[in-house]
Amino acid sequence: MLKYVIRRTLQMIPLLFAISVVIFSIIQAAPGGPEGTLLDRGMFVDPAAIDAYRARLGVDQPVYIQYFKWVGAMLTGDMGISFQTQRPVLMMILERMPDTLRLMGLSFIVAAIIAIPLGVFSAVKQYSTFDFLATGASFIAIAMPVFWFGLMMQYFFSVKLQWLPVAGTMTVGVGGFMDKLKHILMPATVLSLHSIAGWSRYMRSSMLGVLNQDYIRTAHSKGLEKRTVISVHAVKNASIPVVSVMTLDIARLFSGAVITETIFGWPGIGRMFIQAMHARDYPLLMGIMMMGSTMVVVFNLIADVIYGWLDPRISYE
Amino acid sequence: MSETVSSNQAQSLAAEGIAVQLRSNKKIMWEKFLQHKLAVVASLFLLLLATLCFLAPVIAPYEFDAIDLYNIRSAPSMKHLLGTDALGRDLLTRLLFGGRISITIGLTAALLGSFVGTVIGSSAGYFGGRIDNLLMRFTDLAYSIPTLPLIIVISSYSNTQAFGIVVIIGLFSWMQTARVVRGAILSVKENEYVTAARALGAKDRLIILRHVLPNISNSIIVGATLGVGNAIITESSLSFLGLGVSPPTPTWGNMLMDSQATMASQPWLTVFPGMAILLTVLCVNFIGDGLQDALDPTL
Repeated sequence: MLKYVIRRTLQMIPLLFAISVVIFSIIQAAPGGPEGTLLDRGMFVDPAAIDAYRARLGVDQPVYIQYFKWVGAMLTGDMGISFQTQRPVLMMILERMPDTLRLMGLSFIVAAIIAIPLGVFSAVKQYSTFDFLATGASFIAIAMPVFWFGLMMQYFFSVKLQWLPVAGTMTVGVGGFMDKLKHILMPATVLSLHSIAGWSRYMRSSMLGVLNQDYIRTAHSKGLEKRTVISVHAVKNASIPVVSVMTLDIARLFSGAVITETIFGWPGIGRMFIQAMHARDYPLLMGIMMMGSTMVVVFNLIADVIYGWLDPRISYE
Repeated sequence: MSETVSSNQAQSLAAEGIAVQLRSNKKIMWEKFLQHKLAVVASLFLLLLATLCFLAPVIAPYEFDAIDLYNIRSAPSMKHLLGTDALGRDLLTRLLFGGRISITIGLTAALLGSFVGTVIGSSAGYFGGRIDNLLMRFTDLAYSIPTLPLIIVISSYSNTQAFGIVVIIGLFSWMQTARVVRGAILSVKENEYVTAARALGAKDRLIILRHVLPNISNSIIVGATLGVGNAIITESSLSFLGLGVSPPTPTWGNMLMDSQATMASQPWLTVFPGMAILLTVLCVNFIGDGLQDALDPTL
């Protein structure tokens, strides 16, 4: 087991290097340098001033030198300096991290609490009205653009009913627990929508597979109560693949956070990403994308490890 | 006798004087698909919607950029069935015209993604060894970078037209197909008929195209169907961020571009384009579900 984790961790290193090359190349392909934001405004800028600006940001050097400088610095934990704020990218990301983690964490918990029972009941009562409704709802949820669902929520709960605040993390000057909860409720629901739909479908089919197994029949024939059979024998085994999918999805929640945070004015990393894109803040963009990719790679490993740990039939040799 | 029997069984049964009706695979699939009622309803509805959209120049009540200055931001009424936007343009008309672009983007991006995925997946699976290793490491790499942020950055580089959006979405949505196709090929290529074809001197290209791909087309078709919905949703998300197809060409996505600002006062501008996307993607996914059941011979 330990050997496996070490081997996989070592394999991550070349993958992360390859990712850094791709991300760097894509950012390099951007038309116009960082001075573009000045020129966009239609101002006349002295060419000498532009050269000085480029030299200060270090974008006047050959591409490969820029790359090695960037990667070299990243190995020491330095992700570069933001073009826009002149502050270290790592610090900017770390500042925004708590809000994003709070949002992603709550979405994850909400999604898990709703999706798993939903999937279990759908499977146990296959083809019932409940199953039909749950399946229909998850199909609809998957067919909705996340941002549109967010806008509809805002329209009903903020504009029409005025129950929940439209955006932000808290009311200025209030900021109590209830106030924060009210603010996070809608974004967390919107972010968890696709996870609820996906995981409940997955749990349902996994559960259906398990319910046909011999050991379930054995448990029934031993005279165990139906409840016990389902909760102890079936759910436990059916959740093994689902847990691994859920772990993989943690990293995917980050993509959803980009849209959700933008709609709800949530000051997390996703919204900072969109702001960085508009400002052509390349070091910040590269930093956030590197962080997102690292998350995917790491959670991939964690998912595999959890899978093997939960399912003793999987061998790592 | 209505049960399905294989041709071998049919021959032996026929020898015993029992009349057997042989049905082709295609016919069986078609019948299975028709049993999936939701998928049938979804197909009909989508066909109707697509026809209406593609006939937009003929049937739309107004020109897509016609401005009605007497009815700016007007709520749905008899004159403008779904209301008008801030420039007094008829929403129903723009929905029909927008549907043409959005549906086309969805279809072509999914086709492109499936094509790239099939080429990469089948090369990896068929040739194996170092090529397989290289291509699959490449797929892992593409999988590891969060797709939506990547697409957002690339779309921000230029004022995009529909073609550009198709290429960007298509080129970043092949990974799933590649993995599925590779897996399917690995199991198909062990079959005797592939060995037989090789023994007869068939070239790799012919074996892949004639003997291997037709046997795994099911998974490609289902994947492509689901890709259509994903592409439509991605286009709308890009448009919402101001990075999709540039106005004045309407798409369902870019009609939602200013929706956050107009939602409180003119909700119809947000509700209807979103419903159009929702219904279309829902239908596409139902069809995908139906195809999955119909094309899977083990069910």
